[in-house]
Amino acid sequence: MGNLFKIATRNLLRYKRRTLLTASLIATGVVFVLVFISVSGSFKNMMIGEITDSMIGHMQVHRKGYVASIETLPLNLNLKAGAVARLESTLEKQAEIEAYSPRIKFGGMFSNFTETSSIRLTAVTPEKEYRTTPLLPLRVMEGSNELNPGKILIPELLARGMKVKVGDTVVIVATNQDGSVNGKQFIVSGILKSVTGPGGRDGYIHMEDAREILRMEGNEISEFAIRLKDFGKLHGFSEKLEGLLSTERNPQGKPIFELHTWEKLSPFFNIARMIDVMTFFIKLMLIAIVLTSIMNVMIMAVYERIREIGTIAAIGTLPGKILNMFVIEGFCLGVVGAITGTVAGIIIIFILNLSKITFNFGQQVGLILRTNVNPADILFLSATVIVVSVIASLQPALKASRMEPIKALRHV
Amino acid sequence: MSLIVATNITKDYQTGDVTVRALKGLSFEIEPASFVSFVGPSGSGKTTLLNLIGCLDKPTDGKLMVAATEVLHLDRKQSASFRGSNIGFIFQDFNLIPVLTVYENIEYPLLMVQNMPTAERNQRVNALLTAVGMTDQKDKFPDQISGGQKQRVAVARALVTNPKLVLADEPTANLDHKTAYMVIELMRKMRDEFGTTFIFSTHDQKIVGEAEIIFTIEDGELKGKENKGGGGNG
Repeated sequence: MGNLFKIATRNLLRYKRRTLLTASLIATGVVFVLVFISVSGSFKNMMIGEITDSMIGHMQVHRKGYVASIETLPLNLNLKAGAVARLESTLEKQAEIEAYSPRIKFGGMFSNFTETSSIRLTAVTPEKEYRTTPLLPLRVMEGSNELNPGKILIPELLARGMKVKVGDTVVIVATNQDGSVNGKQFIVSGILKSVTGPGGRDGYIHMEDAREILRMEGNEISEFAIRLKDFGKLHGFSEKLEGLLSTERNPQGKPIFELHTWEKLSPFFNIARMIDVMTFFIKLMLIAIVLTSIMNVMIMAVYERIREIGTIAAIGTLPGKILNMFVIEGFCLGVVGAITGTVAGIIIIFILNLSKITFNFGQQVGLILRTNVNPADILFLSATVIVVSVIASLQPALKASRMEPIKALRHV
Repeated sequence: MSLIVATNITKDYQTGDVTVRALKGLSFEIEPASFVSFVGPSGSGKTTLLNLIGCLDKPTDGKLMVAATEVLHLDRKQSASFRGSNIGFIFQDFNLIPVLTVYENIEYPLLMVQNMPTAERNQRVNALLTAVGMTDQKDKFPDQISGGQKQRVAVARALVTNPKLVLADEPTANLDHKTAYMVIELMRKMRDEFGTTFIFSTHDQKIVGEAEIIFTIEDGELKGKENKGGGGNG
């Protein structure tokens, strides 16, 4: 086998310019794909991280039917105390869960005593919420993330629009389930940076305050946000939890709970899917580049060496060995292209990181692009290039191996 | 026992709708360790006959035994193996592999065809390099040596597997007279040293005289045989 590699390498070096051009073409393709995968993948992971770690959590449990009406934040579809207790008991037993946070979500009016505006509020138990969405405290751009009863964190746009500062007193007025209106004064403890996505422009108050404003007597909850220890196990665990929750039925025999992963709760999932589709097509383009260039080179190589093929076949070289000779040439070209492209790609990605390129996404401005290369992506990409190179060499190699020596020797 | 026994072999070629009979019922025998030449004008069928003997092609009709094997029924793979074990080839254009050195060209059949162990292989290649006087050129590539040297390398490559038969189609056609005689002399010396049968085709009358048995072919027919003291009878 070593000798086949020696002959293949020397044959490639025999046409240095052509080999260099082909390897460069493959390497360029690898660089483009690697940089695209890296940038788009980093962007996707960054946005998913932002969405799940600062708002949604990895998954959420609601009362059945709540998500269908989630835009109106229906208080009548809150989970009742009994269901909450049973759900908490189930969640406590799951080793995969790192943290969970019960929330009450409702809409109300926000007043600074001179102006009034609508606001969506999420009432939480701060310790639980900050463990479930660890980026939330980091969104506090002014003031403190302390969220004791009587304090409120308000979104940046509202604060700017109504000229509210940290320490100001504001009033929240809301309608409870029965239709009666109630209000409560709050002190603004912090201003939250807005993020794109559901809940990205919500204000936050303490759970006790929400119960007081909404005059809730029992432990009613709108949703449970859940954070897993390992995000990679999201789908496996969601199936497991869904199975556990499906046993919980109301007196009519219908399920009480519904479980949704972040993908069903955030429109960004569609963008993420679009990125995946684009990545797939970019990979297809790379495969086409490799396939075409290697096939072209190998067809040329076979055509130019017909008499040589005739000679080695006449000497007694078996067809299988002639096939291997040409396949190995294609393989070597693929390996050179993959290695060169990977090294160049990693250098470009490193330079991109050093450049600290910023971008805006929705409400988020000045996000720094932190690209990284997943070793699995490099391995997959390199393997794809090499396998495609071998496949592309097969047809010319088969042609060479099936050549009649007498015809090949006559070739001029 | 004869090395080659040809009985009434014919070879037809199809050119469009026309069938051309290149060989018309040739019968002959060639004994081991012979130094044989097939002579005749261009298009007489010399190369076709050598191709049949070399198992590069198959007769349309007749029977052809080479080294006690009926070659008519060998498939592609069997033909390749048979050639690798029994036949050496010397080509008019030398046909050395350009990416291999002189040493590697001679080594090629042992390495890639016979998978011979390294020590034995080195010994055989060095012996042949010495025999053809190319030891000092062994690291050069084909484009760095002269035509005569290339043909000497080709002779060594043909002999390195210790074949029963070496076929040379117009081996001196691309060489000047002096070099051509040297190559023929080398082939005869190799025959004497290794006991290999050499069959070459030529239309050069001066070179023809060097053969011990001369078969004359014209229009695909065997017109005569001259035995100048070697083996073979037909």
